[in-house]
Amino acid sequence: MREQIEGSQAIAKAVAACRPDVIAAYPISPQTHIVEALSALVKKGDLPGAEYLNVESEFGAMSACIGASAVGARTYTATASQGLLFMVEAVYNASGLGMPIVMTVANRAIGAPINIWNDHTDAMSQRDSGWLQLYAETNQEAADLHVQAFRIAEELSLPVMVCMDGFILTHAMELVDVPEAEQVAKFLPDYEPRQVLDPENPVSIGAMVGPEAYTEVRYLAHHRQMQALELIPQVQKEFAEVFGRDSGGLVRPYLLDDAETVIVSMGSVLGTIKDVVDERRERGEKIGVLGITSFRPFPTDAVREALSGCQRFVNVEKAFSVGIGGIVSSHCRSAVRGLDLENFEVIAGLGGRPITKASLHGMLDDLAAGSLAEQTFLDLDRDLVEEELAREAHSRRSGPLAENLVRASQARTDAVLEENEGTDPARGAARARAASPLANGSEAGGLVGTANVPVSTDAKSEEK
Amino acid sequence: MSTPLGIPGVRQTEIPAREHVKFYQVGSYAVGNRLAEEGLRSVQSDPNRWNTLTSGHRACQGCGEALGARYALDSAAAASDGDLVAVNATGCLEVFSTPYPESAWTVPWLHSLFGNAPAVAAGAAAGLRAKGKSTRVIAQGGDGGTVDIGMGTLSGMFERNDDVLYICYDNQAYMNTGVQRSGATPPTARTATTQPVGPKPGNRFGQGKDMARIAMAHEIPYVATASVADLRDLEFKVTKAMSMHGARYIHVLVPCPLGWGSASNLTVTLARLATQTGLFPIFEAEGGEITSVMKIRRPAPVEEYLKPQRRFAHLFKGGGEPEVIARLQAIADRNIRRYGLIDEDQLDDDVLARVLAAPEDPEGRYEAILHAASETKQAQAQARTRNAATENPSDREDQ
Repeated sequence: MREQIEGSQAIAKAVAACRPDVIAAYPISPQTHIVEALSALVKKGDLPGAEYLNVESEFGAMSACIGASAVGARTYTATASQGLLFMVEAVYNASGLGMPIVMTVANRAIGAPINIWNDHTDAMSQRDSGWLQLYAETNQEAADLHVQAFRIAEELSLPVMVCMDGFILTHAMELVDVPEAEQVAKFLPDYEPRQVLDPENPVSIGAMVGPEAYTEVRYLAHHRQMQALELIPQVQKEFAEVFGRDSGGLVRPYLLDDAETVIVSMGSVLGTIKDVVDERRERGEKIGVLGITSFRPFPTDAVREALSGCQRFVNVEKAFSVGIGGIVSSHCRSAVRGLDLENFEVIAGLGGRPITKASLHGMLDDLAAGSLAEQTFLDLDRDLVEEELAREAHSRRSGPLAENLVRASQARTDAVLEENEGTDPARGAARARAASPLANGSEAGGLVGTANVPVSTDAKSEEK
Repeated sequence: MSTPLGIPGVRQTEIPAREHVKFYQVGSYAVGNRLAEEGLRSVQSDPNRWNTLTSGHRACQGCGEALGARYALDSAAAASDGDLVAVNATGCLEVFSTPYPESAWTVPWLHSLFGNAPAVAAGAAAGLRAKGKSTRVIAQGGDGGTVDIGMGTLSGMFERNDDVLYICYDNQAYMNTGVQRSGATPPTARTATTQPVGPKPGNRFGQGKDMARIAMAHEIPYVATASVADLRDLEFKVTKAMSMHGARYIHVLVPCPLGWGSASNLTVTLARLATQTGLFPIFEAEGGEITSVMKIRRPAPVEEYLKPQRRFAHLFKGGGEPEVIARLQAIADRNIRRYGLIDEDQLDDDVLARVLAAPEDPEGRYEAILHAASETKQAQAQARTRNAATENPSDREDQ
């Protein structure tokens, strides 16, 4: 049914349409609305027979899902950010045990510094966990991907993460054609577990495996996940036949046929990127977009084929690996190995910073002018960073970085204000630093509430 | 070219989940009250008894955990007619029973992680209920997996009153990883991380978790302690727990010859001495209230229990540590008084006097807290004096 609905509510309805047997979840933003809605559905009796477990932690949530899945129940949970990291041990375990659990990850940054807004750092940290990862561009696609995820998970007996941008999608009201139970029933068969704890036919699941067979077990896990490269497009096709709309798949090309420049990205930012590309197309630029839906397994061949006709590609990605750079871009580079393509990685939108059309145009202008660095942090405040680097080099004290940045930024603002009043800016800045709420620790802002003590000693020793 | 690595093939064995046992000692009570009334007979005395944990696993000689697990799960299987699944935390029990490609379990069995067995079992119970099955769920783990790393998930399971029987096999340290201290290690015990060195050798007084009492505080339907010295009692408690629904907890003392440094043939003796001294009280509680205790006929002095164990050897070296042993005795005496393990009229006068005089906190928990608090107060007072002596108030903030 097409309705104006919040993303998370649409996901809850789509998941409910898949008739899960067990839902176990712990609240964490921005995932919370999804499981709130599901708990209401279970409580009202709209999901007869389903069990809703209010667990004590995300670690408990994933553990309960493992237990439920092992006895043959269709199992669902959702999480985000720190929650995902808290359940990590069980996340790896679920895939190792071959439990077809479906989990929504409402993507969010990871602390410290604590930041509740969207980027892909959380799910990317689980790229080696053995889970499949599908990224949604819109709420419609997110809802559809959940239905497909149960099908894929249960056919492969592997867990699937459906990743959707926190807040940008989960909290956005959109027109969504929410999958309904009758439709889903035509597409998603009952869960028939490959292995199940059944007293009639007892098996031991989770035995200890030594060096003589561990490599083989891991190889088979890889082999099984690689089967998804064929299964995902197949499921996409069948979904389209039943639901009459195209969602999912491995990659989603947009205006690629004659494109010389391709922007590669994932998630909701694809919408903005497509708008920018449309505008540049109108100016006659040969530019296209490659959206990646399946990040695990990584569709190396599909990406290579999609990029083989272009001259250069730019990865715009909302996650990066500290110490090396873009994560998806390194995957893409290895996919096009041997092809002579210029490539750039642009880290953008970290911790919820908006990725604007203006910034993307600026990035493309730089690219055209040949001034785009191979590794670029979009909209990075150079002044602020350099000031901190200088301070760090001067004081040789690393300290809590975010607090230093906030303090430096405030001092700068105060200095500008004082300058406008006609006083000496350097002295003004020093005074502003000493008088800033962070420096004296009297009324620290919400962002740094607990960190005022180290900052205060820091600031005082600086004065001395 | 691939090298043959000698990967073992999976073998299907024909070991049945129910084993017909031929008893040779016909007419004696040697195999578990077989001639007693039906309700009083041991589960293990049934010639068609269950065989949940088969022999041939790789536990050490004299392993208390293997013994306890076998009796507990056989009883649970008998009580549920084999309609049960077992969830296992990481630990000795999991490692010695399932080295791939072998498994000693004839019941459906799942191992996930060290700290999540209660949550996995809760999920399994929920899944089975959702699938409309009446299959029962048992979770089991050692003391480390239960009182330390898994305590959060266990508390969650208690709080939700999930339909799971959780059995903790307590051998009082992390035996599987090389005998390190756990939250259930008793005071003064030597472990790999509480060495018998320094002025206060072994594990400190005033620490450790009494998981059975913590479980009682959750007011779950059933909590019990048991030991492998009284296997009939263990069977009875598991059977009783299986007749109930909701969260149930049984804490079983299982001596570990390797970790305790005791002879393999002393496992049952030591378990009995732990009870008979009063150091390990055996009781049942329902809804958070104690409903029964196993009485002690004659209290054994704690030395009898401590001496055969190498983990307490430092208490007896040289002139010995009579004060420390007296303190351990006080713990036993306090338990005797707290749980009413012996009726007053059964006690010799001197023992009665000792029991009545035992301090309420021989573990030294309050003492440690008070000590820490007094130190804090002292530090505060010192700081105040120092500050009063300082003239410049702006410097005071930097202290």
